[in-house]
Amino acid sequence: MSDSQGKDLATVEHGEAPLYPLPPHRPRTTDTDPRAARRAQRQVATQFALSAVLTVGFFVAYWVVPVDQTVELGPFGVWSLSNLLLGLTLGGAILLIGTGAIHWAKKLMSDEEIVDERHPLGSPEEDRAAAKEMFDTGLAESGFAERKIVRRSLIGALLLFPLPFIAFLRDMGPMPGTSLRNTIWKKGTRIVVDVSGQPLRPEDLQVGTLVSASPEGLDEIQEEEGTQNARAKASIILVRMSPDEIRSDQSPEGETWAYEGILAYSKICTHVGCPIALYQRRTHHLLCPCHQSTFDLADSGNVVFGPAARRMPQLPITVDDEGYLVAQSDFTQPVGPSFWERG
Amino acid sequence: MSIIVNEAGKAISRADQRMPISSLLKANMRKIFPDHWSFMLGEIALYSFIILMLTGVYLTVWFKPSMAEIIYAGSYEPLVGIHMSEAYASTLDISFEVRGGLLIRQIHHWAALFFMAAMIVHMFRIFFTGAFRKPRELNWVIGASMFLIVLLEGFAGYSLPDDLLSGVGVRIVAGIVEAIPVVGTYLMFFIFGGEFPGNDFISRLYTFHVLLMPGILLALIGIHLVLIFYHKHTQYPGAGRTNTNVVGYPLFPVYVAKAGGFFFVVFGVTTLIAALVTINPVWNYGPYVPDQVTAGSQPDWYIGFLDGMLRAMPNWETVIGSYTISWNIFLPGVVMPGILTFALILYPFIEGWITGDEREHHILDRPRNRPVRTGIGAAVIAFYGILVINGANDVIAITFNLSINQLIWFTRIGIFVVPPLVFWATHRFCIGLQRRDREKLLHGYESGEVLRLPHGEFIEIHKPISDEEKAVILAKEAIAPLPAPPETDENGVATPGLRGKRLRARLSRLYFGDDVATPTPAEIAEAEHHAHELHDHEVAELESAGKDVPANLP
Ligand code: HEM
Ligand code: FES
Repeated sequence: MSDSQGKDLATVEHGEAPLYPLPPHRPRTTDTDPRAARRAQRQVATQFALSAVLTVGFFVAYWVVPVDQTVELGPFGVWSLSNLLLGLTLGGAILLIGTGAIHWAKKLMSDEEIVDERHPLGSPEEDRAAAKEMFDTGLAESGFAERKIVRRSLIGALLLFPLPFIAFLRDMGPMPGTSLRNTIWKKGTRIVVDVSGQPLRPEDLQVGTLVSASPEGLDEIQEEEGTQNARAKASIILVRMSPDEIRSDQSPEGETWAYEGILAYSKICTHVGCPIALYQRRTHHLLCPCHQSTFDLADSGNVVFGPAARRMPQLPITVDDEGYLVAQSDFTQPVGPSFWERG
Repeated sequence: MSIIVNEAGKAISRADQRMPISSLLKANMRKIFPDHWSFMLGEIALYSFIILMLTGVYLTVWFKPSMAEIIYAGSYEPLVGIHMSEAYASTLDISFEVRGGLLIRQIHHWAALFFMAAMIVHMFRIFFTGAFRKPRELNWVIGASMFLIVLLEGFAGYSLPDDLLSGVGVRIVAGIVEAIPVVGTYLMFFIFGGEFPGNDFISRLYTFHVLLMPGILLALIGIHLVLIFYHKHTQYPGAGRTNTNVVGYPLFPVYVAKAGGFFFVVFGVTTLIAALVTINPVWNYGPYVPDQVTAGSQPDWYIGFLDGMLRAMPNWETVIGSYTISWNIFLPGVVMPGILTFALILYPFIEGWITGDEREHHILDRPRNRPVRTGIGAAVIAFYGILVINGANDVIAITFNLSINQLIWFTRIGIFVVPPLVFWATHRFCIGLQRRDREKLLHGYESGEVLRLPHGEFIEIHKPISDEEKAVILAKEAIAPLPAPPETDENGVATPGLRGKRLRARLSRLYFGDDVATPTPAEIAEAEHHAHELHDHEVAELESAGKDVPANLP
């Protein structure tokens, strides 16, 4: 089979005449019984009237109920009374307008199906021809086809003029530079407990515990920069194990990054950057709540499961003269998610 | 009453001296729209969008799109004295200080969820009934684009309050952007104005959420609706319905009342739900701090499938020299969504190429009559469902005491195995329904009434189906797959593009191959004749045995 353009057609035409006629209209009770019609009319009007009453109710609730008043609704817990009453009155008022209108349409407006013809969607042939002719005339009058130099210079100008608008975007942000490679940890930065800001001594940590920690002075830096950028990279977790539980860590030959069984790892998941603090003491597994990447802190922070591809970076730590835990240096590799230039 | 009508009439006539209002009204006022519950899905989406714009404007009155840090001193006791961004604090103020503010916020959020849900179901309605076929391909493309924009729009809105839950979502998106090869790091720095989280993101996102995307959406919805008007709505097959007519009720007054009323229903129901069901209680999550997270954090449900994809991906990464390609993030986070988007947008054109069908279609397909399409749709739902489940695997693991490990392996394997199985089962099911339709048409339906003939045989009485039902079944077009292309033409010249044509013929056979033929008029006549004979035979037997002929014997 082929269509008008001689193309292959896999299908057969639908007939234009219906095989079966439209079934005759069946009158509703409201069409035949004036009482039913009056009843329907009453129902519709009642809904509209109730809606108006509820709108008045809304204003009562708006002025009478203080915004912070709560109610205890038994097993349903504590509710904002204002929200509840405003919502119920407003929602009811709106809903009743809708149900009233639909009821009106269904019961009282004509429900006789009407048949309309569809007309061909495209333009008629003579319109197409006329349009083409107009276009050709215009084209000839413009000289776009012949005046090569005008045409080419115009195209060139049009191609160039958007570029400044792209250039404007350049200052949306700074170049990355090496900023993803370092954090504010430095040799000798004290490690402090996250919320309290207390510096930590090794004896503050018992075997089996995990503590969220950050570099001392983080709050000041955050204040000064006006961003949380430093925090987003520098947060760490400290875990203490008995030294014989540690199968390996990331210390290179000749260095010791752990201190008496205390290990410091970045808190930022190497997958796409969620902070992690779910620790299973028995297995030494650290579990990311976002996509369940699991890292073995007793084994260099290696990935044991999940979509993360890299182990958690370890922060080399030791204690200072006063016996507080400090960093030996910054992280030796970027923390957080991988990026193209990371290598 | 007469005052309203008179004044409206006068206003129209005044306007009409300046614009051709009457001509416009004349062309459209009594336009016929077919009626079906499934046509309300698009309406729900439309009304949700209007509700979102209305409530969104209210929210902008109080919301402060700023990441500047302040110390909270509002009326929500548990957070007093805590550092937070102005965005988060102003969200608390809307919830606790502004009368009705919480209600508006909750209507806005619920409407966004309904919007997405209605759009997705609407899209499946369009898909399964073939409403995207010529001449409505463009409206499908516009619809699919809107779907993606609304996805982004929803995510943007969800992120604006700068609470802990949404902040983690933004962190994940930043991580995904970073994973794009070559340009990712730059993109991330440009989007965030430097490193994550920076100071600019919320205010930039705000413009995106309240201006850019709604503007684009509004324009697209406008075109979507104009095209529906212009094409006239499709209709389901039935008695009196053809490809060249449209049967239904007039826009004025029936649809003005029904559709207008329905807007109020959607709005009213959304408001009641917002009054009764708390959504996104940001005060429970706390402000965003980049080194904190809540366990079991979940995105809004419509983002869940992307999260499920991220979770299921094996941890592949390649390092080439000093460059890293994070397949584990780039594939599920960027490539897969990109492919899915393209497939979605292009589907009408792919199907059109396979079937070679270039005619206009205004009668909707019954899903059973397009087993391959219906199978694909069902497989997509299965695919999506598995990913959504995996996106909540931690919650599911805890609830059902399973291991996350097992769930992820189930997903990794299931994602390749389940959709084909679902396709196959759906395809079979459709063919079965087609066969049943054919049976019904030829032999009537089984009435469930049993008759014992005098010689002892039991027969179940088959009754002919109604004309309406016959019309529906007969609307199925008789279809033949494309023939295999000849290797050479009559002059022995190799057919150009033979490979493509072969592929197309093969796909066409897959598409139409197992179709159950609709009975021809001759077959129907034959069957009717046969039924008559049987009837006469039975009547004769009953009568000769001196029994009454039951009235229900057809
Ligand atoms: C912003 C979201 C959307 C809105 C507000 C919207 C609105 C509507 C409305 C009111 C209708 C007429 C009623 C109906 O058939 O349901 C319609 C029809 C249609 N929509 Fe949408 N829609 C949206 C998204 C989509 C999507 C995601 C698709 C597909 C990818 C789509 C494709 C279509 C098509 C092809 C029609 C014509 C249907 C026919 O004539 O049978 N729309 N839309
Ligand atoms: S961010 Fe940790 S697993 Fe994805």
